[in-house]
Amino acid sequence: MAAISRDTNETLIASRPPPTPQGGMVSWLRTRLFSGPVNSVVSLVTLLLIVRLIWPVIDWALIEADWTGSSRADCSGEGACWVFISTRWSQIVYGFYPMAERWRVDIVLALFFMLIAWLVIPRLPAKKIAALLGLVVLPIVAWVLLLGGLFGLPHVPTRAWGGLMLTLTIAAVGIVGSLPLGVVLALGRRSEMPLVRAMCVIFIEFWRGVPLITVLFMSSVMLPLFVPANVEFDKLLRALIGIMLFWSAYMAEVVRSGLQAIDKGQSEAGAALGLGYWLRMRLIILPQALRLVIPGIVNTFIALFKDTSLVLIIGLFDVLSIIQAGLTDSAWLGFATEGYVFAALVFWVFCFGMSRYSQILERRLDKGYQR
Amino acid sequence: MNDRQQGAATAGEVTSMVEISRLNKWYGDFHVLRDIDLRVARGERIVICGPSGSGKSTLIRCINHLEAHQQGEIVVNGIPMTNDVKRIEQIRRNVGMVFQHFNLFPHLTVLENCCLSPIWVQKKPRREAEKSAMEYLERVRIANQAHKYPGQLSGGQQQRVAIARALCMHPAVMLFDEPTSALDPEMIKEVLDVMVELANEGMTMLCVTHEMGFAKTVADRVIFMDEGQIVEAAPPETFFNAPRSSRTREFLGQILGH
Repeated sequence: MAAISRDTNETLIASRPPPTPQGGMVSWLRTRLFSGPVNSVVSLVTLLLIVRLIWPVIDWALIEADWTGSSRADCSGEGACWVFISTRWSQIVYGFYPMAERWRVDIVLALFFMLIAWLVIPRLPAKKIAALLGLVVLPIVAWVLLLGGLFGLPHVPTRAWGGLMLTLTIAAVGIVGSLPLGVVLALGRRSEMPLVRAMCVIFIEFWRGVPLITVLFMSSVMLPLFVPANVEFDKLLRALIGIMLFWSAYMAEVVRSGLQAIDKGQSEAGAALGLGYWLRMRLIILPQALRLVIPGIVNTFIALFKDTSLVLIIGLFDVLSIIQAGLTDSAWLGFATEGYVFAALVFWVFCFGMSRYSQILERRLDKGYQR
Repeated sequence: MNDRQQGAATAGEVTSMVEISRLNKWYGDFHVLRDIDLRVARGERIVICGPSGSGKSTLIRCINHLEAHQQGEIVVNGIPMTNDVKRIEQIRRNVGMVFQHFNLFPHLTVLENCCLSPIWVQKKPRREAEKSAMEYLERVRIANQAHKYPGQLSGGQQQRVAIARALCMHPAVMLFDEPTSALDPEMIKEVLDVMVELANEGMTMLCVTHEMGFAKTVADRVIFMDEGQIVEAAPPETFFNAPRSSRTREFLGQILGH
């Protein structure tokens, strides 16, 4: 009798809370960083290295830096001189956009950031309206306001566009255009119709096999050779189309990897329910496939955003090239470090924002269902 | 049992629900379906069994054109099958299907799974579709889970949802492709119970399964397939007690022997 009761529990055992972890900062440090002599030495050396590397940067960029002033004379020379950036601030944002018309850019930028905030902040309602505004209304408003020539607004040619507004225009058009095009190409590449499939494969492989610089060169140098001389085909528009087609090929391959990950049974179940091809894709396959490849999609967006700076080779002045142009100003020779660090920071802020948002989105969409 | 047979007999006089004649299908060089002839009467319940690779799943997947056949004719609820997409979709609206691995849509809730086809294919208003879907979920005893995602349910619950989802299209015929093979033993009964109820309501059913108990209680005819052909087709009493073919006897010996 006694022997049996030791191995089995006939009465129901009430559930107990799990043991509390041994706690506190000190124990965490001990187990993670200083668990033995070798580990302790490695930890200390690493910490020292971090401090030695980070500190000079902070010292240069923040503590010893000069923030206010209007000319080179206001730079103390002990740290970074951000006066270079602040005096050129308006050019960095607006490029060569005429001073009197810059309110138009302000409106578009304000709308742009407001809609982004609306879409990104989970608590705000009616995302569908925000998406509709962002994808339909904003482009039209931006087109009319930025380009002008309508409703009594003076025409501002795209060669006067520049700086951050140009970078954001190219990135936004590239992102918004390449994703749907990429989805269509990915579906086409998996199509059962041989001609459609062949066309998509050729398109994707062509654009993926060519460097973006070549695409931009061809769009600005070669394309005019094929269209009559009296037809003016805007340089920015050509670059936008080139960038969109180029990145849609990458996007297509990212989306295709997602499509391939979805079990065949999903499409069959949709078919058995009487759903046609497009409804099946739209309601069943794409929502799952796109969710799976959010990291890949955002990765492509980030690459696209950074590569907008390549338009400098066809004479468009994005953030980077406008800062670079400022560095050749004889009054500001020798401030390249500040210029490039600032340009890097601008790109980093946007790219890091996209990266964080993709992580939040993934986590939010994962809630509720697990496969 | 008696009224079940009566129901089948009276309905059978009217017209066939599924008519398959001289059906042949190949996967590459492999001849999967060989000269299949099968008439399923309205309200008839058919169980198809046979060793794996005998073509039984392929056969029922041909009925709603999840598999294309190369020769022969299929007529479903009076609609002849062609390669035309519109025609295929018309037939699929008449046919409900339940899969071995459920194939629920993981990104949609149970209720959304059920409403998808009524809303998008039959163009019903959302409210009406949801009301009708809740009734079917009630019938498969899972209405209290309507707002959960499939991943949060057990296998047996998922399969019952899959049955409700198919029923929401008001199909004329239901196809079951090994509906209990992927389930843990303790969940098989809850799914079979739902299928038995459905059968008792007079639904035309074609069911690929190895559940011989289900075949005995529910089927009007049991069909044995081997190597792509129908070897034997008989009412369960005859099929289990006096099979004609030696291959059927061998198969039954294997699955009932232990």
